[in-house]
Amino acid sequence: MSVLEVANLTVAFGQRGGARLTAVDDLSFSLRAGQTLALVGESGSGKSTVVRAAAQLLKPSSGQIRLNGKPAGRRGRALRSYRHQVQVIFQDPFASLNPMHTVRHHLARPLLLRSGQQQRGAALDQAVYDLLQSVNLTPPQEVADKHPHELSGGQRQRVAIARALATDPDVLLADEPVSMLDVSIRLEILNLLDRLKQDRNLAMLYVTHDLATARYFSSEIMVMYRGVVVERGPSDEVILNPTHPYTQILASAAPDPAASRQALADARRRRQAARAARTAEAREATLDQGCRFRSRCPRAMPACADTPPSVETGPDHHALCWLYESQAGAASPAQSATGGG
Amino acid sequence: MSDERDLVLRAEHIRVEYAAARPTRAVRDVTLELRRGEVLGIAGESGCGKSTLAYALTRMLKPPARQTGGTITFFPASGAPVNLLDLAGDALREFRWNKISMVFQSAMNALNPVTSLDRQFDDIFEAHRPQLDRAARRRRAGELLDMVGIDPARIRGFPHELSGGMRQRVMIAMALALEPEVVIMDEPTTALDVVVQREILDEIERLREELGFSVIFITHDLSLLLEVSDRLMVMYAGEVVEQAPAELVGSAPAHPYTFGLLRSFPDMRGARRELRGVPGNPPDLRNAFQGCSFDPRCEFRFAPCTSIAPVLLTAAGRTEASSRPAATGRAAQGWRVACHLHDPALRPAGPPGVLRGAAQDEVTVGTDSAGGDA
Repeated sequence: MSVLEVANLTVAFGQRGGARLTAVDDLSFSLRAGQTLALVGESGSGKSTVVRAAAQLLKPSSGQIRLNGKPAGRRGRALRSYRHQVQVIFQDPFASLNPMHTVRHHLARPLLLRSGQQQRGAALDQAVYDLLQSVNLTPPQEVADKHPHELSGGQRQRVAIARALATDPDVLLADEPVSMLDVSIRLEILNLLDRLKQDRNLAMLYVTHDLATARYFSSEIMVMYRGVVVERGPSDEVILNPTHPYTQILASAAPDPAASRQALADARRRRQAARAARTAEAREATLDQGCRFRSRCPRAMPACADTPPSVETGPDHHALCWLYESQAGAASPAQSATGGG
Repeated sequence: MSDERDLVLRAEHIRVEYAAARPTRAVRDVTLELRRGEVLGIAGESGCGKSTLAYALTRMLKPPARQTGGTITFFPASGAPVNLLDLAGDALREFRWNKISMVFQSAMNALNPVTSLDRQFDDIFEAHRPQLDRAARRRRAGELLDMVGIDPARIRGFPHELSGGMRQRVMIAMALALEPEVVIMDEPTTALDVVVQREILDEIERLREELGFSVIFITHDLSLLLEVSDRLMVMYAGEVVEQAPAELVGSAPAHPYTFGLLRSFPDMRGARRELRGVPGNPPDLRNAFQGCSFDPRCEFRFAPCTSIAPVLLTAAGRTEASSRPAATGRAAQGWRVACHLHDPALRPAGPPGVLRGAAQDEVTVGTDSAGGDA
């Protein structure tokens, strides 16, 4: 069942001397216990804004959030309780830990607040050690008294994860949790998150720009482009058979170490030819009307000037694109982007 | 070791230290050769010394960093070889950017935010091409922008008016402004999105084909490096642990660290497989190593690893005869690895299957036996 439901979320920011910027436009998704939903997109697509809105760190322009079937608390005690249940892991473990405090302090504080100051002394120490143990920071007694600068990036991110777990949350929002880390330790952190998700039956949102890890660590993927989810579906489906032109470009842009030199050179020439056909100006343009991707889309057509429909292109697989409209009209008219909740 | 005629840069036994009470030995005896027109990839995690090496190659180390050993020789297209360590003052200034230029990490922030692009191009030309007049400078700057796919009309613009990818293109245009023979690129696409990264890489490859410069491409992203480079060096703890043709090493790594790095990248297209990184942390570079620097993290470690420091050897199962010739026709260099598993004297049985290039051996059964090389 879905633990966290976000419906019709819209976040708009005012801009000095200009129109409001819609960073997230009418986005709906739900997170299920023990499952990971990946949110993929380039920088500026609105991924982090979704996380911040879902964590109620910023106030959306419109939209509803339901936690365990009940409307999310918006202020006071109800909001605190919501934040205990919905925890965030931020991108930069160098910025998200206070350099003045020990690891023990970082973990003890949420434990104290969560228990209403009831958990103290030896019990509190033990809870801190248990948390460190659960993220494989050993020996916990030693790690607890270190300051962030004594830890590597990977170790810091483990502390940040342990802190997120301190309030025993139901939902974990991981915003690019490994993009600041070295490649050799990224997988360890992702594997750790995956194990914690299973052990604690967490509902997880994994925000990333990396399609490959999204495929491995999530059951479902949403691809976001300029505030709009342009494609969503089961992860293997979205990555191996992308239907939206943007996802197709993303997938083909990822390095492919297995490809032969000749195949790489051919692909490069094809891309260059396609790019030369469009002017640099058109690529940079921002469009508010119709499909937001059409200025970069290799398959743009006149219909794209109107807002594209969400079309089911496979089982549970939707794309926001005019290309599939005719097939959908015959098969399943008016498929909603929201999917089953 | 190889024919000097197609060499453009040779660095031997480079050592760099960061001075302190206990100096950090960031680059420890690295030797490399760069051939004309090739892309040499250098991979490794942060702190392995790859950027420090790049700074040493361009003589840009600043205190507390200091080169404590080694020689760097540049072989210009015409004229006598130049010993870079002999250059100083005007001669060194004359050499940099003209012969070897560099695209820096976070190049997006390397442009001066309060100066228009044409002024920044002027700076280059005034310093290095004083004979050019204003009109000629402007014309050349326009050409360069056009070359990297930016509208020359942007020349009067400021950096903040450009997207990250466009700023990166400007940096590449600047690096190529004086038609250098070598361009060193330190993480040139790391801060960019995959799609923009792909555009920049395509651009670099196209320019390299047109202009024929050589590239040293430094990044931690091994999967990217396998694709863009001709030869690959993998660095760990200030040392080169593997040196291999890029086309082949992806499917058949010889060093346990390379094997671990490759396993750190999920394959987007293929079947799902087990994913593990390289557990543990890199060593403290202030220490001297007893034996192999990778030993504490190595899953294939055996007795000699703790006491004997490995040196680069020809990798077992990968003599030049057994590897396929590079498709591009650029001569493939011998595959070398610093690991005792490949030393017949310490390990007569040869390395375990996964490090022997098993897939390749199956193709070339009988033509080559493990451990049969010098």
